[in-house]
Amino acid sequence: MSATAAGSAAGSVTNRAAKRARPSEPNAIRKQKRSWGGWIFTAPFAIVFVLVFITPLLYAAYLSLFQTRLIGGTVFVGLDNYVNLLQDPAFWEGFRRVLLLLLIQVPIMLGLSMIAALAIDSARLYMTGVFRIIIFLPYAIPGVVAILMWGFLYSNNFGLAASINEWIGHNVVLPFSPQWIMVSLGNIVTWQFVGYNMLIFYSALKTIPTDLYEAAEIDGARGWQVTRAIKLPALRGSIVIATVFSIIGSFQHFTEPSILQPLAQGTITSSFTPNLYAYTLAFQGRQFNYSATVAIVMGIITAIIAYVVQLRGTRKEDR
Amino acid sequence: MSTATAPRTINPKVRKPRAAKEAKPFSVLEPKKSATRTILMVVFLVYSLLPIAWLLISATKTQPDLFATFGFSFGNTFSLWDNITGTLSYNDGIFLRWFGNTLLYVLLGAGGATILSALAGYGLAKYRFPGRNAYFAVILGAIAVPGTALAVPTFLLFSQLGLTNTPWAVIIPSLISPFGLYLMWVFANEAVPTELLEAARIDGASEMRTFFSITIKLLAPGIVTVALFAIVATWNNYFLPLIMLTDPKWFPLTIGLNQWNSQAQGVGADPIFNFVITGSLLAIIPIVVIFLFLQRYWQSGLAAGSVKQ
Repeated sequence: MSATAAGSAAGSVTNRAAKRARPSEPNAIRKQKRSWGGWIFTAPFAIVFVLVFITPLLYAAYLSLFQTRLIGGTVFVGLDNYVNLLQDPAFWEGFRRVLLLLLIQVPIMLGLSMIAALAIDSARLYMTGVFRIIIFLPYAIPGVVAILMWGFLYSNNFGLAASINEWIGHNVVLPFSPQWIMVSLGNIVTWQFVGYNMLIFYSALKTIPTDLYEAAEIDGARGWQVTRAIKLPALRGSIVIATVFSIIGSFQHFTEPSILQPLAQGTITSSFTPNLYAYTLAFQGRQFNYSATVAIVMGIITAIIAYVVQLRGTRKEDR
Repeated sequence: MSTATAPRTINPKVRKPRAAKEAKPFSVLEPKKSATRTILMVVFLVYSLLPIAWLLISATKTQPDLFATFGFSFGNTFSLWDNITGTLSYNDGIFLRWFGNTLLYVLLGAGGATILSALAGYGLAKYRFPGRNAYFAVILGAIAVPGTALAVPTFLLFSQLGLTNTPWAVIIPSLISPFGLYLMWVFANEAVPTELLEAARIDGASEMRTFFSITIKLLAPGIVTVALFAIVATWNNYFLPLIMLTDPKWFPLTIGLNQWNSQAQGVGADPIFNFVITGSLLAIIPIVVIFLFLQRYWQSGLAAGSVKQ
C-alpha cells in the first residue's frame, strides 16, 4: 500500500501545506509571469499519469455500464451492475470483513505505534536508536515475504502454532480457522505497519520546539502532563494522516488473503475481501464489467471515508 | 536524522544537546533513563524480530528438519549453504532470473518515478504556468482512488495495447509516485531559492540547463529520499505483476517466491519449503541493507511528510 496510500495522505495535507506556504509565496514565485515554461518539467509526469491513472479510471467507469451476455454479446445496461452489486451478499460479506479490520485492527495498530513513538521520544530508553530501527524494520520487508513467514509460523505442519499445540497436547492454536483468521490477518498487517506509523508519529514529535518543553519544565509539569498537554496535541495532524493511510490500506486488503488462501482453504473464500472478489471476478470468472463495478464502488467508498476522516480531523485541529 | 540532508524546516529544532547536565531533580529534556521502560519496550523488539529470527534459523535447515524440529532451534544438519546453492540453481537458476527482473523493475520503474517526480515537483514549486491549479486538483483528486481499484482496468487497457506479459506492464505503472511528487514539491519549495533561478536566467542559462547544473544539486537529498521510497514500493510490488504477468520468465521475486510456495499444494505437490525460506531471506537482504545505510534519508522524508500538515 505504501506508495499510493502515502501519496493519498500526502495529497490530503497538501491543501493546508499550500495555505501555510502562502506567506512565503512572494519568495517562491515572485512576480514571475505566467509562462508555459513550467510544462517542460511537469509534462512528463502528467502524460504518464493520464496513461496509468486517468485512462484506466475512465475505462473502469465505462466498463461498469456494460454487461457481456452469452446471447447478444456486450450490451449497455446503465447502472444495472451497480444495482446488482448493492444486493450482492458476497460483496457485503467481504466489505464487513474489511470494515471489521478497519474498526479493530487499525486502532490497535495506531495505539501501539503511538506508545512506541512516545516511549522512544521520551528519551528515557536505553539504546533509543536500536528501538527505532528494529521496530521500523518490518516495513522494509516485502509484504509477500512477511506473509509467507507468518504463514509458516501459523501453519500446523511446522512453525509456532504447531509447536504450541504439540506442547499443550491439543489443537488449540489454529490461526487459519474461521474464528481466528481475522486475528491472524490483522496481526500480519499490524506487524508490517506498526513501525511505519511509529516513525510518522515520532517525526511529528521531533518537530515540537524545545521552548515548549522548557516552559513546561518551569511550570513544573511532569511526565504525563507534558505528554498530555504538549505531545498529544502535536500528534493530532499525523494521527489524521496515519488513519487515512490505514483506511485505504484496509479497504485494499488483498495480498494477505490472496497468499494465505491455499493454506486456509475453505476459510478464505474467493470473495473474502472486496478486492479479492474483484480480482477473482476478473481473472477467474472473466466478468470484467462486474469486477470494474466492484473497483469503482470501493474507490468511491474509500474516498468518501478518507475525506470525512480528514475533514473531522482538521476541524478538531482548528478548534 | 537531524543532519544536513533536509532543509532546516524539516527538523526545526533538535533537542538541546547536553547543556543542562547538572544534577537536576527532574528534566523533561534530559530525563533519567529507565530500565523498566526499556524492558517493556523490548516486547516490541521481540515482536518485530520474531518472524525474522525464525526465517534466519529456518534458512539453515533441510526440509525434513523444518518439519521435525522446533521452529526456533537449529536443525540436525546445518545446511544454509546447501539451501543457498539449491535455491540459486533450482529449475535452471530461475531465482537469479527473478532477482534480475526485480532489479530491472526497480531500476527502470523506481528510477523513472524518481526522475518524473523530481521534474514535476520542481516545476510545480517554482513555476507558475497555465493549468497549474488544475494540475494540482486533478492529481489530488485522483489520488483518493485506491491504486488497486485501477488494476483490472489497467490490465484490460494494457492487454489491448499488447503490453501485458512484458516488463513494460510492470514498469510503466510504477513510474507514477504521487507521494514522490508531493515530497519533491515540498523539498523544492524549501531548498531552491528563487533568487538563484533569477540570477541564472539573467545570465542567460536555459531553464533545462539551470535545472541540471544548479537545481539538481540542491534537490539531491530530496531525490534520494524519493528514490528510496520508490525502490521499496517497486521491490515489494505484488499485485501489479501478479495480474500483468503470466510467463515465469518475467516474474519478480515476490511473485516467484509465492509460486514456489504454492507448489506444495494440490495435485503433484512438490514442496520446496527450504528454498522458499532461503529465497525469502535472499530477497530481503538487499532492501534491508539499503534501508540501514540510507537511514537519515527515509527519516527526513517521513519528517517532511508529517511537518507539512
